[in-house]
This record gives sequence, C-alpha cells and structure tokens, in this order.
Amino acid sequence: MSTAAPVVTGTGVEPTFREKMADLWAQMKAHKVSYLFIAPFGILFFIFTVLPILVSFGLSFTYFNMVQPPQWVGWENYLRMFLSDDVFLIAVKNTLLFAVITGPVSYLLCFVFAWLINELKPKLRAFLTLLFYAPSISANAYLVWRFLFDGDTYGWINGQLLYWGIIDRPIQWLIDPTWMMPIVIMVTLWMSLGVSFLTFIAGLQGIDPMYYEAAAIDGVKNRWQELWFVTLPMMRPYLMFGAIIAITQSFTATQSIQALTGPTPTDWATWTIVQHMQDHATARYEMGYASAMAVLLFFAMVFMQKMVQRLLKKVG
Amino acid sequence: MALDLSLRHRRLSRSTGGDLVIFTMLAAGAAFMAMPMVYTISNAFKPLNELFIYPPQFLVRHPTMDNFNDLFVLMAKSWVPVSRYFFNSLFIVAAGTAGNVVFGSLCAYALSKHSFPGKRVFNELILLSLMFAGAVLLIPHYLTISYLGWMNTYAAIIVPAWAMTLGVFLMRNFIDAMVHDTLLEAARMDGANEFDCYWRIAMPIVKPAWLTLIILAFQSLWGNQGSLYLYAEQLKPLPYALGQIVGGGIGRAGAAAAVTVILMIVPITVFVINQSQIVQTMGTSGITGE
Repeated sequence: MSTAAPVVTGTGVEPTFREKMADLWAQMKAHKVSYLFIAPFGILFFIFTVLPILVSFGLSFTYFNMVQPPQWVGWENYLRMFLSDDVFLIAVKNTLLFAVITGPVSYLLCFVFAWLINELKPKLRAFLTLLFYAPSISANAYLVWRFLFDGDTYGWINGQLLYWGIIDRPIQWLIDPTWMMPIVIMVTLWMSLGVSFLTFIAGLQGIDPMYYEAAAIDGVKNRWQELWFVTLPMMRPYLMFGAIIAITQSFTATQSIQALTGPTPTDWATWTIVQHMQDHATARYEMGYASAMAVLLFFAMVFMQKMVQRLLKKVG
Repeated sequence: MALDLSLRHRRLSRSTGGDLVIFTMLAAGAAFMAMPMVYTISNAFKPLNELFIYPPQFLVRHPTMDNFNDLFVLMAKSWVPVSRYFFNSLFIVAAGTAGNVVFGSLCAYALSKHSFPGKRVFNELILLSLMFAGAVLLIPHYLTISYLGWMNTYAAIIVPAWAMTLGVFLMRNFIDAMVHDTLLEAARMDGANEFDCYWRIAMPIVKPAWLTLIILAFQSLWGNQGSLYLYAEQLKPLPYALGQIVGGGIGRAGAAAAVTVILMIVPITVFVINQSQIVQTMGTSGITGE
C-alpha cells in the first residue's frame, strides 16, 4: 500500500511537515477508490449542507437584514437572547419542556412497539406496522386533529362533551394556553412512530434467530432476559440512530405545532426556539440573530447527543 | 421465515399472561393510532349536511362520492391540467429518491467498510449536520440555488434531495451492523473489485435498509411543495395544486376532506408494497451475512 510513500532517511528524526504531507498524499492516492465512492454525495453534502452551516456560524456574529451587507457585531446577538428578549426565554422554556417529554417518550414508544410487533406472526406484523406508521406517512396527518379539537361546537370532542353534558360551553382547545401544550405534545407523540420505529423493526428482524437459540441454551428464561441480554446489545447501532432522531425531532418540531396552534399562539404557550428563529429569519429579516439561535440550539443538541451516547453504552 | 419464528417461539418460554399483556397493549395503541385516520376517511365520504351536523358524528352515516366528484370538477377547471401536476410530483419524487439511495449508499459503504484519511472527520460531520436546525439554512440554500441558476427548475428540488444526510447515516448504521468484513474479504480474494463488493454483496444484505430509506426519501419529497423554488405553475407538484384548489374556505370543506385522503393514499400504497418486500427478504438476509 505504501510503496509510493517516501522513505524517511534520517535516523529517528521527526518527519518534517513536507514529509507528513507527502505521506498523507500517498495514502490518499492509495485510497482513491474510497474517495470515488464518497465523491457524489460528499460534494453535494458540502454545497448544500456544510457550506450553509458555516455561513450561518459566521452570520451569527453579524447584523444582517438581507438587504445591506452583514455588519460585524461580535457577541451582541448571543447577549441579546438572554438579556433583552423575553419571548426567547419563553421559547427556551417551552422547547425544553416539549423536548424533555416528547424525546424520551417517543423513543421508548418506538422501541416498545417495534419490539412487541416483532413478537407477532409475519402477516399480523405487517398490518400493525402499517397501522402504527400511518400517522407519520402522510405529510400533514396532524391536520386530522384540527377536526377533532375544533374550538366551536362542530369539533368532535367539544360536540361529544357538550352532548353528554360534561361541559356547557365549547372549550377553545387550541387557543386556551391551559390545553395547548398538552395537546401539541400528545399529537407529536401520536406522530412519533416514524423513522426510528421503521429502523427498529428492520433492525429487530435482521437479528439472526440463532442468537436466541444459543441464549436459550445458555439459560435465558423469559422474554425480559432475552430482551436485555440478546436483543438490546444486538440493536445498539440502531438504538443510537433512534436516539439522534429523537433528539433532533424533539428540539426542532415546528410544522405540526404551528398547524395546530397557529402562527402566533396565545401567550406564546407553544412558542419554541425554532419558531422564534423562523420568525426572525423570514418575517423580521434578522438573519444574524436567527443564526445565533440556530448555533445555540446546535450546541444544546450536540450536548444532549453526547450524554445519550454515554448512557447507551451501559445498555445490555 | 415462518419456520424460523415458530421454532424460536417453541424453544423460549413465552407465558400466556405475557402474550395477553402484549396483545392488549398493541390493541390499545393501534386504536389510538387509527382513530383520527378513520375519522379523515370517514369525513371524505360524508355528504355536506353530515359534515356540519350537531353533535358531530365520528363515522359517516350515508356515504357518498359527492366530495370526490366536487374535487374532480374543481380539478377539471384548473388552468394547468392536473395530470401535469401529478407528473411533476412523480418525477421529483422518483429522481430525488433514486439519487438519494444510490449516492447515499455508495458513500455509506465507503464510510463503513474502508479506512482512509478523513473518514472520521466525515462521519462526525454527517452526525453533527443532523443537529443543525434547517430554518436558518433556507437563505444560504436559496442563494446557492439561485447562484447555480436552478431557480424554477426541477433540479432545485431534486439535486439537494440527493444529499439528504439522514440516508447516509441510516445506511452506514445498517452496513456496520449487517455486513461482515469476512464476507467482503472472501469476495476480494475471489477477485471482486470494490464496486462488486458494494453492489453484489453489501447492497443485497442491507435490502431492509434501503427499502426503509426509499420510504423516508419518498415521504419527504412527496410532502415538498417546492413553493420557494418553483414559481412556474406548470412545474408545481400535486400537493401544492390540491392545496390551492381546496383553499377556498368552508364551502370546499368536503373537497378538502377528499384531498386529505388522496394525498394519503399514495404514500400508504408505496409503504405497503415496500414493507411486503422487507418481510420477504428478512429471513435470508441475516443468515447470508454470516
């Protein structure tokens, strides 16, 4: 492999920078096939993902209204978030509340239902997979809940409650701050059996039955032991994948929230960081400030991901 | 496959009580998941007077096709024929999904099975990029598309879809877990080149992974209205067009209910075909991997 690498002639002398570079270049040439595999995706990934992210990092230190060229303002955007933007603090509180509940619960739901469904016979399994996945298959399935939670008497839930005399006037489910967050959380959980759920199902079915037979011989007695000693360790790559999906989705969910409680929720009751960011980016033309929020959110998610990674190493 | 499963069930003790608990949990979950879906479908077949009845009914009493007929009449009045919108959607979804799966899996294969300078950095970049909220990327993204001269072309939607990061990440995890190095080494000994290893060995084993990826890519493109980049009416996709048709207020509530069902049917059909493929291949894939 390293035939092209330069022979270091000195006696135990540290290779110079030039020699290191030459060595690296030789290694890269030796692996040119790998780079060919990566190139098509890699180039597009750089243009459409890496570059915009780097630009956002830079913009987060500027004032940029998209008409005039960006002006350098240093840390001002970051200070503004915490010192003079009350709505942002509400958004932080809501995002944390929303993420702390929907993240872990949706993750558990994905795994538990995938695992339970996997215990069934193939035909029933395929049918239930469809049923559980159906809410996330249609891009706007959450609109369904608008029919159910309509604030007037035509909303199904209000209609039923009125009919049975439980309430005497319709509840404004999606306008009354008492109900908004719980409903949004419930609908999000309902929609959460998506990417990770499918991945878990595919992963569970990829486990060779041989391992279960071997475990049974080794004295694994019930399905709980089987789950802990065989299934979970085999599933670790997929569990990590699911955790990352859960983190990103719970911190950035916006579409379904906005569709339910509208673009400007009462008392900011369901206002999240990403909504605040979108508001500043697309309505107020404060790209610098919006970028700063994205950067902050990015570090929060990376922190969460590192914590979860540690936790998952202990599983099984 | 079925044989394998029954064997497994006989060997390990499965208590009847446990089965009962599982069944109850699944049934309760399924009912909760299905309820709003049933309501939507039922609504689409309700005549107008039932849609606005008090108290509202969950299920339709006198099913009718009126809403669908109304929708088709409205569609026929559309300035651009609906078949054109349908073609747009089909083309964008097919091209975008195919590119995402092929490019993504090529890259994932190298990231999983090769070792070369820069691999760790690239893996880490992919993971980190998943954590960046997309909303602020809209502007740089928009500028890129316009700089490339792709405004108002299909490419503005399709080409960025080829670089959807989730696909590579998913494929790499599956290749890590399912494709064993020994198998690839054996193939290389027999004279297979790297492309053969990828195409003939790795890809058949991880069929469940790319079937799953097809669903994900399909879905994200099917929901894409492209309104930011496609402003010529004859380039716009179906969901956008249907949204416009029924956006006419309460008088079109029936047609709107019909649209929700139509937009749901396509992904569900794709999903059913796709999943039946997974169930067929599962039994063998794990074993050939050994």
